[in-house]
Amino acid sequence: MGFSRSNAFRRLRLWARSRTATRVLALVLTIAIVPLHSADEKHIVIYAPGTTFSLPVTDRDGREYVGLLESVEPLGTVSARVDGTHWKLRYNDGESDFTASRNRARVRGHDMDFPGNFLLENNRGLVPLVSLGTLLPRILNASVSFNPVSRRLFVGNVATHFTAQLSKTTPPRLLMNFTAPVNPTIATEPGRLRMSFTREPLVAPGTPTLTFDDKSIPSATYLENNGVAEITVNGGTPLMASFSNDGRTITIAPVPQQPPGPPQAPAPAQNLPSAAVPGNAPKAVPANATHYYAVIDPSHGGDDRGVALSDSLAEKDITLSLARRLRQEFESRGIPTLVLRDSDVNVPLDERAAQTNTAHPTIYVALHAASDGKGVRLYTALLPSGVENNGPFVAWDTAQTRLLPTSKAAAQNVAAEFQRRQLPVRTLQAPLRPLNNLTTAAIAVEVAPASGDVADLTQPAYQQNVVSGIATAIASMHNQLGGAP
Amino acid sequence: MIPRHLQIAFGILLLAVLGMGFYVGRIRGRAQQAEPAADSRPVAPPAPGPTERVTLYVANDAGGILRAQAASIPLPYARQQRAEELLRALLDIYLGKDSPHPLAVGSEVRAVYLVDPGLVVIDLNAAFANGHRSGVLEEELTVTSIIQTLAANIPDILRVKFLVEGKERDTLAGHADLSTMYDTIAVSQLVAQMQ
Repeated sequence: MGFSRSNAFRRLRLWARSRTATRVLALVLTIAIVPLHSADEKHIVIYAPGTTFSLPVTDRDGREYVGLLESVEPLGTVSARVDGTHWKLRYNDGESDFTASRNRARVRGHDMDFPGNFLLENNRGLVPLVSLGTLLPRILNASVSFNPVSRRLFVGNVATHFTAQLSKTTPPRLLMNFTAPVNPTIATEPGRLRMSFTREPLVAPGTPTLTFDDKSIPSATYLENNGVAEITVNGGTPLMASFSNDGRTITIAPVPQQPPGPPQAPAPAQNLPSAAVPGNAPKAVPANATHYYAVIDPSHGGDDRGVALSDSLAEKDITLSLARRLRQEFESRGIPTLVLRDSDVNVPLDERAAQTNTAHPTIYVALHAASDGKGVRLYTALLPSGVENNGPFVAWDTAQTRLLPTSKAAAQNVAAEFQRRQLPVRTLQAPLRPLNNLTTAAIAVEVAPASGDVADLTQPAYQQNVVSGIATAIASMHNQLGGAP
Repeated sequence: MIPRHLQIAFGILLLAVLGMGFYVGRIRGRAQQAEPAADSRPVAPPAPGPTERVTLYVANDAGGILRAQAASIPLPYARQQRAEELLRALLDIYLGKDSPHPLAVGSEVRAVYLVDPGLVVIDLNAAFANGHRSGVLEEELTVTSIIQTLAANIPDILRVKFLVEGKERDTLAGHADLSTMYDTIAVSQLVAQMQ
């Protein structure tokens, strides 16, 4: 009996050890594999006037596919419906008819063949990635330039070109001039400075490798891959980049030598957004964050139409469109984002607040639209004076009290970004639920027409300018917002 | 034999009862005569006090602002009636021909109650809320205009609560919160930003 009991204990210990070992191994493998997987995730980036967006690319039968509706949705008024084996797409005034498992479609009255079959999955239409170059010009009725290898597609004349010229001053400086403002992610490592352009429609120079007759900055290379354009500047010494001319000029120069002093720890490789300025470098948002950094709340929905902006245009539709664009802007900056409604449904205000508080984001952005006035109005909560919520429980109606200074700082930062973009902006407090019920920094953005014409609200370029301003401002104040729960 | 003093007391009481009966009869007769005459006359307006100079906070949609506007209106002495007269004067501007902040036709304040020291309850009619234009700023201008007009002219108002047709309502027209009480100090600070 004693023998068998000790044997059982030994087996139990071995089993426990093996389970622990298995868990540790699984954890190590997960840590090792997940970032590689996410880095290798295939994307296509579509650049169009006023908007840039990224879409996932999936593999089917050894071929790369992409959702067709998603590819054109941000570019105009789009709807799709399934009719038996047919999938009908309406883009602005043109209709296209695709048939499941066929490689022929009828687009704006013309039959078209494309490589690979059209796939219909859960009412979602997928087309072979390589077919976008032939399908989209006809669907959009616009010129399209597509590089399927680097997965970058340009609609219309949106390309940004650049020139690079070495100025042989002391120290030497490499001046890179762009035809439009750029905002690359910059990574420095020994011997090189790498600029990744994820949102800019940058196109290749005449030759992919540029050489300069200088030891400090001998060469630069241009590369495109997985929707990203990358310029790598090789240096004999550590290099730094600075921006000027409203983001149209980047100057690369050797890092000034430190005067002799106490020994310092070696600087680690940096990976900073380009908006970084010395002494105010925002931390990169951790890619493996376990919570949503931002919550976007497209107000109204379902039977709550919000403001009747025109006979056919409701506030709920504009807020949803803005929310989708804002999510793309946040995610293109590596900010994990939750959208409280992604379809035409009515979510009660209390539920919006509860969902947000449960997600513990760092920032909440409510989106509204208006027909009166011009530009953008930013709101923070209007709370009773002298209320304190310092105990373990907070009053529902005044839950925002402790976070109000952070919310106001976020609103001011977004306002400053809009001013930089020459958009009329006004900052106010407002009795607007659920702002007062939130335990995170919270702002509401009410978008009015830019020129007073309500049609502005549906313009992709205007919407994109607004959401890009919000995302830029919030990404740039990550350090300030990071202190919020 | 009944003592003499009891006979005198009984006599006095009898006279008093007869006198009271006669008096009640006269009063009742007068009341019956007065009633039909009162019904036939229009209800007299509340007795106004002297005309007073007040400050109305008038919303202006053009700039999205509130403007302090001086006005002279007859105000009763009672605080509750003063509040009603102030809001009546404000709504007259909003319902007028060249309104800077138009309200729906038929918009009215049904009643204003001073139910607690510092608390005012404003009961709006359904036309006011159901016909109000939707929008964060439009609704905010209406709410702050009403609250600030009361707070600026009637001392010791600390909180304001809105009802619609005597019932609670979530928002005025989809945006401005009507579910909670407004703190007049916070609203005053906001109004300073909106001027």
